[in-house]
Parts: sequence; structure tokens; C-alpha cells
Amino acid sequence: MTLVAAMKGPAIDYAGLSPLFAVLAGSITVLLVGLFPGRAVQHALVPFLAGLSLAVATGLAVVHWQTGDLDPIIEGALAIDTLAYGISILCFVTGLATIVLGLRSTAVPETGSGEFHSLLLASIAGMVLLAGAEDLLTLFIGIELLSIPLYVMCGSEVRRATSLEAGLKYLVIGSIGSATLLYGLALLYGSAGSTEFGRIAAAADPGDPLFLTGIALAAGGLAFKASVAPFHQWTPDVYQGAPTEVTAFMAVATKAAAFAVLLRLFDHALASAQPDWGPALAALAVVTIVIGNVGAIRQRSLKRMLAWSGVAQAGYLLAGVVVGTRLGIQATAFYLAVYLLMNVGAFAVVIARERRSGTGDSLESIEGLGAASPWLAWPMTICMLSLAGFPATAGFFGKFYLIDAAVSGDYEWLGVAIVVGSMISLVYYLRVVAVMWMSPEQVELPSGPKRRLRPLKPVTGWSPEADARAQPEVTGVAILMAAATIFFGIVPQPLFDVARDVGSSIAGLG
Amino acid sequence: MLTIHLSIVVFLPLASGLIAAFAPRAWARWIVLAGTLAVLGYAVAMIVDFDSGRPGLSYATDDEWIPELGIHYALGIDGLNLFLVALTALLWAISTLVAAFKDYERPRLFFFQLALAETAVLGAFCAQDLALFVAFFDLMLVPFYFLIGGWGEGQRVAATTKLVIYTLVGSLLMLAGAVALGVLSAPAGGEASFLLTDLEAASLPEGTQQWIFLLFAAAFLVKMPAFPLHGWMPDGYRATPLPVLVLFSGVVSKVGAYGFLRVVLPILPDGAQHFQELLLIIAVVSILYGSVLAFSQDDARLVVGYSSIAQLGFITLGIFALDPKGAQGALLQMINHGLVTAGLFFIIAVLAARAGGSELLSRMGGIAYRAPVLAGLFLVVALATLAMPGSANFVAELLILFGVLEDKLVYGILAGAGVALAAVYMIRFYQRAMHHRVGTGVDSRDVRGVELVAIASVVVVIIGLGVYPQLVVERSERATVAKVRPAEQVADRGGEAVAAPAPAASGPAPGAGGVPGSRGGQPVPVGPDGQPIPVGPDGQPIPVGPDGQPVPVGPDGQPVPVPPQPGQAP
Repeated sequence: MTLVAAMKGPAIDYAGLSPLFAVLAGSITVLLVGLFPGRAVQHALVPFLAGLSLAVATGLAVVHWQTGDLDPIIEGALAIDTLAYGISILCFVTGLATIVLGLRSTAVPETGSGEFHSLLLASIAGMVLLAGAEDLLTLFIGIELLSIPLYVMCGSEVRRATSLEAGLKYLVIGSIGSATLLYGLALLYGSAGSTEFGRIAAAADPGDPLFLTGIALAAGGLAFKASVAPFHQWTPDVYQGAPTEVTAFMAVATKAAAFAVLLRLFDHALASAQPDWGPALAALAVVTIVIGNVGAIRQRSLKRMLAWSGVAQAGYLLAGVVVGTRLGIQATAFYLAVYLLMNVGAFAVVIARERRSGTGDSLESIEGLGAASPWLAWPMTICMLSLAGFPATAGFFGKFYLIDAAVSGDYEWLGVAIVVGSMISLVYYLRVVAVMWMSPEQVELPSGPKRRLRPLKPVTGWSPEADARAQPEVTGVAILMAAATIFFGIVPQPLFDVARDVGSSIAGLG
Repeated sequence: MLTIHLSIVVFLPLASGLIAAFAPRAWARWIVLAGTLAVLGYAVAMIVDFDSGRPGLSYATDDEWIPELGIHYALGIDGLNLFLVALTALLWAISTLVAAFKDYERPRLFFFQLALAETAVLGAFCAQDLALFVAFFDLMLVPFYFLIGGWGEGQRVAATTKLVIYTLVGSLLMLAGAVALGVLSAPAGGEASFLLTDLEAASLPEGTQQWIFLLFAAAFLVKMPAFPLHGWMPDGYRATPLPVLVLFSGVVSKVGAYGFLRVVLPILPDGAQHFQELLLIIAVVSILYGSVLAFSQDDARLVVGYSSIAQLGFITLGIFALDPKGAQGALLQMINHGLVTAGLFFIIAVLAARAGGSELLSRMGGIAYRAPVLAGLFLVVALATLAMPGSANFVAELLILFGVLEDKLVYGILAGAGVALAAVYMIRFYQRAMHHRVGTGVDSRDVRGVELVAIASVVVVIIGLGVYPQLVVERSERATVAKVRPAEQVADRGGEAVAAPAPAASGPAPGAGGVPGSRGGQPVPVGPDGQPIPVGPDGQPIPVGPDGQPVPVGPDGQPVPVPPQPGQAP
């Protein structure tokens, strides 16, 4: 009888878990529905159901939004605070955008619509776990659930060698990252005697070499996921090889989830060792900023350029983690939201041009775009200016907030490093703008009137030629993201409010 | 007092630009022109309505914009920016008018960018919050990037990229400086605020002020441009379409100088005092370098371009004299320079049209006889540029030199040479373009139509200011003096602090270092009677009036309005 008492299962907060359930349920449903043949099911119903589950998950996260440092649920394994929900919502929104961008993709039918969307939702479920991880085990399960579907999705254009190469490369390097992380987590457990973040924080002994080695290895493993230099080498190749809608998803959602867990692990579980890891992470941030920005200068491929720029942006974001303050968390969350808008917008334009121009994702594909189709050129321009940190775009406040956090956290030089990185970045961001607006139009659009988008027509077949006709949904995503970038550049208060809520989720920070 | 909403003034151009962007193609130019004219009307109303005796800001707006960061949406007008706003409105209206009569590809985009640029510049001039100022300051670059890159001449993309990178490097450094300023000025445990008045009230340690000063100086000196940071200028000026160049050279370059007066001197007085010599050296070198190069150019644009470097050197000199007279002269000179540059560039456009499209001086010449109106207008502008007595430029340069000569005799003398050099290059420019032998292929028509309107309206304002410079001097005096006061006091205190510990060693003896009232090159403040300025019990110098009597100090520590300064109204 005593055995029965000891076996009492943990209390499960189903309401708090509901966003995760919505995504997982969606993943399974979509996989099963995808088994049915027929165009209506494959091209309409499956994406719709996947989108619906993400929309429901977003709604549930908003409903259960509760500020403050909440107790984690499931025996301290998973947090359902604003940091977890905030980052989850970013992942849901990115997922929705990915579904829309993938409506005419070649990757989706090649993998099978059901499989593709099921993998996407599973990966998002991994991100939700990761964003809420309050336990080393949850963290690792989250990382793996996030990564494994992504490996497959990267290689989902099975008839294109570079896509397969990207998948394989990501698998190999991602596995190394996971192994490093796992080793680090094991050492942390060995030193602290517990896998729970709260207990690690309490038992942490900054003088323990085991503990410090664990921190270093865990940081390295997570740096792989967040593409922080010098663990970034896979990024350009994988970003370029993967189907572009997958790249967009990977660039934004993976980074958001990785930074959520970096924030929670470093600023909560390992906060007492901040004097030890702070300077080391700060050095990584500077290296990342420099390498990312310098690497981007040489690129002629837009996807590679955005990959390198993503590395640089990871460096900026790391500044918010380094300072280990509430302001740092808020600035990081703010920047992640802005980062979503700018990058999804930019990738949407790349997708639109890639399918039309016949020159892939090279800079030539957007030459003269300003005159040819301003509805694509403006979003791209706005996203580039925002990435460069111009005022009247959300990117300006993102940088402002990060510098503010760095200076307040006594890392003035890190603020200057962000600024210096931004200077270098102007070279390649402005080149994109110059190519669109300041060079004569050389790319012949394959068909259709130049200035007007054709109305949405049912697409016949999945040939690239048919894709070239009309893709208003891609343009729509680009315009929506650019409009939001401008809106939050002028009225940033809503985002600041959310960021403040997110900042309240970890108590005891300065 | 009139109710004028500055937000309307600032955003009216942008609104007109947005309407134009979606209006029929042929209407775009007229819609934007109407917007700029409305702003001009507002600006004139403000000058008429402005009460020069009123302390603080007029037409002020102050709303919380981002409480998290302490950023306010604060706009306001005082004597410092009143005429710069007016200059902006005037030149934008004229330039838009000139541009409206030209054919540009994609006119809606062109005029939208022009309008956006006006909003950004007006915003930078009116902003009373540092973060807002930085935002508008950086925003200015976007439209100019498009305007130069999209509608420029020659190597336009390379030139515009160079220009933007140069200026943005400065701007981003300023962004870091601004954030640091806001965060470090926050009272312990209190909320940060970027309001300029709050930042002025906080006093930062001297070391902090120094590095932040350098970040700001980098931004402003690039924008002007000043001597070692002018690398973007020749290519940029050559590539920019002329109506845009008028704005870029006439107005945008002033934002940098204005930033020194609005932000740097009141908030970073210790930094300004510490680097005073450096800035004075930069100013003098800019004057000499700009003058000499202006003399040796064949490209008419670059004559004006290099002369701008020299003129802005003068403005920097006046500001960093850290003396009310110098600052007032600098402010007046900003207006003057904006006007004469605009006049000169419009004239260059007319000349080029008569010289087969070439802007080279060697291709021009000999049209004064057939084009007397043009010659007359050009002569007025040229004489104003070289600061002929009777022009407002003369008054301004005199004030600047007064300000400098008082404490920094050597710089004053060197800068005085610059005045003479201005005569050399301007007269050369005028002779080559108007007299001399008639150039081959030169068509000597007189100026007429919209170009006549543009040049004549600039000339009318130049003459008007020459007759009545007090219009600017009176209205700007109060604000300018208040902005310079903190740095001036630091400079005075610095001198006292050096002198006080060892009065016997060298003392403020006249004759030491060869300059009366200076010691080892370091100035010692002396009253008008040659006596050191008395120091109050708090170490603050007691301001002394011209009569040698202490000036009463108001409750805010600011001296109660000083009676007219000597040399202020020559």
C-alpha cells in the first residue's frame, strides 16, 4: 500500500499545457488527414488544419497569459510563464507564416503535405517545450523535438541535391551540438545534484570546476542552435540549401526558442555564476557580431546574406543575455519579436522572387524590383532598413533597447560593439536596397502584367512555371510584416508592454 | 499667442508626400509643393508671432512616447531653432518648386522622398528629446539615400553609399552616446529620461562627458562636413541632383552644427571645454583647407562644396569659442550660409544650362553682358558669401571673430585669413562664370521663369537679412546665450581652478604667454576691466556685467537677462 502512495502522479495543469496540446494534436491530426488523397485535402485542408491548430494555440497562450514568476508545472519541469508563452507565440506566428509561404512550395508536395505540416507542428511543439524548460531533461527533450523534424524539413526538396546536402549537414552538425549540450547538462547535474533549474540555482557553486565546465559545454551546445560564432559554420550552407520557407522558419523560430532557453538557463539557473560566464558570453557576442557582419559582406546570395546577418543578430541578442538583468530579458524578447517581422518579411520577398526570376536567390533576382513590382520592393526595403536599425522601423528600437540594456548592465563596450556591428552591416543591407531601386531593370519577369498582381487563381499542378504566375499570399505576408515593422517603429508601446510582461517572469533580477 | 501645433508643421510634408504617392502621377509634385508652401506659411507665422522675451520653449509639445525607455515625444521652438525651421521651410519650398518644373522618372517616389526628408529635418530641428533627435537625425539619411542613388548623376550609387556609410557611422556612434547619456544621467534608482531639459539638469562626471562628447562630435562633424571627415563630400556633391543638393548642403549640413548648440554644449559642458582646442583646430583647418581647395576647383559645384567646408568651419569656430557672441554669430551664419549656398547652386544650374550642361568653370564665361539680371543676382549672392559689409554674413563673421578673439587670439587671427580667402575664391568663381572670354558653346540667355523666381526669392531674403540682421540676432539671443552658458562657465571655472592654487607662481598677470589675460596659452577669464572674474563661495564665477557689477542671478542659477552685449549689433 505504501507503494501506491509513493506512486502518486504529478498534478498536471491541463490549462497551462493547452497550447502545447493544441500543437501536438494538430500535428497528429494533420498527419492522419494527409493520408487521404485528393487535391482539396492536400492543398487546402491540411494547411488549413495546421494553421488552425497554431491559431488555437496562439489564442490559448493569450488567454492563459499571466505575468509574474509563476511556479513551474508538472513537478517543476515546465514553466508556463510569460517568457515561455511569449516565445511560443513568436514560434506559432512564424509557423503560420511558414504555412502560408509554403502553399505553393515544391517542398511540400515532394515530402507529402501531411508529413511536412506534421513535422512543422512537431518542431513547434519542441520549441514550446524548450521555451518553457525549467528542467535539464525538458530542455533536452525540447531541443531534440525541435531539431529532428527540422533535419527532415531541410532535406524535404528531395529532388534538389543542395536541399539534401543541407539536411545532412544540419543533421551531423546539429547532433554534435546536441551531444555537447547533453554532456554539459550531465556535468551540471553532477555538480548541482538536481536537474531542476530552481534547485541548480540554489545549489550552484561557482567555484566548482565541474559546474563551470558544464556551463561552458551547455553554452557551446546552445550556441550551435542559436548560430552564435564560432559555432555558426553550418548556418550559411543550411540556410541556402533548405527550401526557403523552411529557412525562414528555422531562422526565426529556432533562434527565438534557443534564446528563450539561454535566458532561462543563464539568467535563472546559472545566475549566481554570472561573473564567470558573463565576460565569456560577452566575448562570444562580440566575436559573433564581427564574424556575422563581415561574413555577410561578400555574399551574392540573399539567403546566405540573411544567414550571416542572422549570425550577427544573434550576437546582438546575446548582449541581452550577458547582462543578466530584467532589462536584458525585456530587450532580448523585444528584439526577437522585431527579428521575426524583419526576417519573415525579407524571406517572403526572397521566396517570391526565387519562384519567379529564374536566378534563384541571387542579388540579380531583385535587380530593378523597385520599378517592376514596388509591392515587393517596399517590404524588402523596409525590412533591410529595419535590420540595419534605421529609425521609424521597429529595428531602431530593438537596437536602442539592447544598447540600453548593455549600458545599464555596465557593459558599455558591448553597446559600442553593437553599434560598430551595425556600421559594418550597412554595407550589405544597403546594397540590397541599391540593387532594387538604383539599377536598371534587367530581369525579365516571365509573364503577367508588370505592375499588377494577378488575382488568385486555382493553381494547376505544381510546376515552377505555374508558380511564376501569381502568389499574392507571399506578397501579402511580406507587406504585412513590413507594415508591422513600420507600425512598431512608430508606436512601439504594445511591444514594450509585452516585453515588460516577459521580463517579469524571472524574479530576483536587477 | 497663436496656437501653432508643431506636430502639424513637422508631419505636414510627410502627409502631403503620402497623398502624393497614391495620387495620379501628374499631381504628385503639386501636392508636395502645396505641403511645403503650407509649412513655409507656418514658419513665417511663427517668426512674426515669436516672443523673444519669453524664456523656454514656445509651441511646446511633450507627450510620453515610450515610458520604458524614458523617451518623450517632445517638440518645441526657441530662438535657437526658429530660424533654422524657417530656413528649412523656405529652401524646401523653393527646391520643390524648381524640381516640379523638371521631369523626373518615377515622380511620385521622388516627391515622396523629398517630403519625407523635410519632415525628418524639421523633426530634428524641433525635437526636444535626445532620442527623438537621434531618430530624426538618422531618418534624414533614408530619403537622401534614395534621392541621390535613384536620381543622381554619374557614379551615383557609389557616391550615395559612401555618403550614407560615412554619415551613419557618425550617427550610430551618436546613438550609443545618446543611450549612454540617458542611462548614466538617470538618478540612482530613478527612471531614465531623454528629455533635453532633464539631461541638462543632470551633471555627469567629467570623464564620462569626454567620451560621450567624442561620439557626438563624430556624428556632427561628419554631417557638416569638417576637415578630416569630409571624404564623402566631393563625390556626394557631384552625384546629387541639384534641387536636392540645395537642401543637402543648405539645410542638412546645419543639423550638425545645430546639434552642437542644442545638445552638446548644454549637456556636456565639461566635455566641450576639454576638447575646445581640438574643435577649434578642426575649425581653423577646415576654414583654410576649404578655402584653398575652393580656389583650385574647376567644377563649380565643388567650389561651393569646399567653400561650405570653410563656412562650416567658421560656424564651428563660433560655437567652440564657448562665448555667447561667437555662438550667436554661428547661428546667424548657419542661416546665411544656407541661403547663399542655395542661391549659388541654383545659379550653377542656370549657368550649366547655358554652358551645354557642363558645370566646369572652364566651359563657362562671358554671359554677364547678355544676362544682366543673372549677373546682378549672382553678384549679390557672391558678395554675401564673401561677407561684404552690409551683408548678414559680415555681421555673423564679425560676431564669430569677436567671440574667438576674446579668449583664443591665435585661432581668431588664422580664421581672419579665411575671410580674405573667401573673397579670393568667390571673385574667381564670379569672374570665370560671368566675365572672362565667352566659353565655346555658351548660350548667353538671361534667367527667367521658375529659376528667376527661385534665385530672386533667395536673394530677397539675403538682402533683407543684410539690412536687418537684428531679426535673427534679437530673437535668438536669449536661447543661444542660455545654451552656451554652462560650457562658458566651465571654461571660466577651469581657468580659475588652475590659477587659484598657485597665484604667486605665475598668476593671471597680463603679458604672460604674450597674450593679455592668458597664462601659458590657457585663457584666464578677465572681466571687461581686466580684472579676474570673482568667484562665488560655490566655486561658480559670479557673472559680471559690462559695468563690472555682479549680475543678479535668478533662482534657477541662470543670470537674469543680461543687458545687450557689446558688439552684438554693429
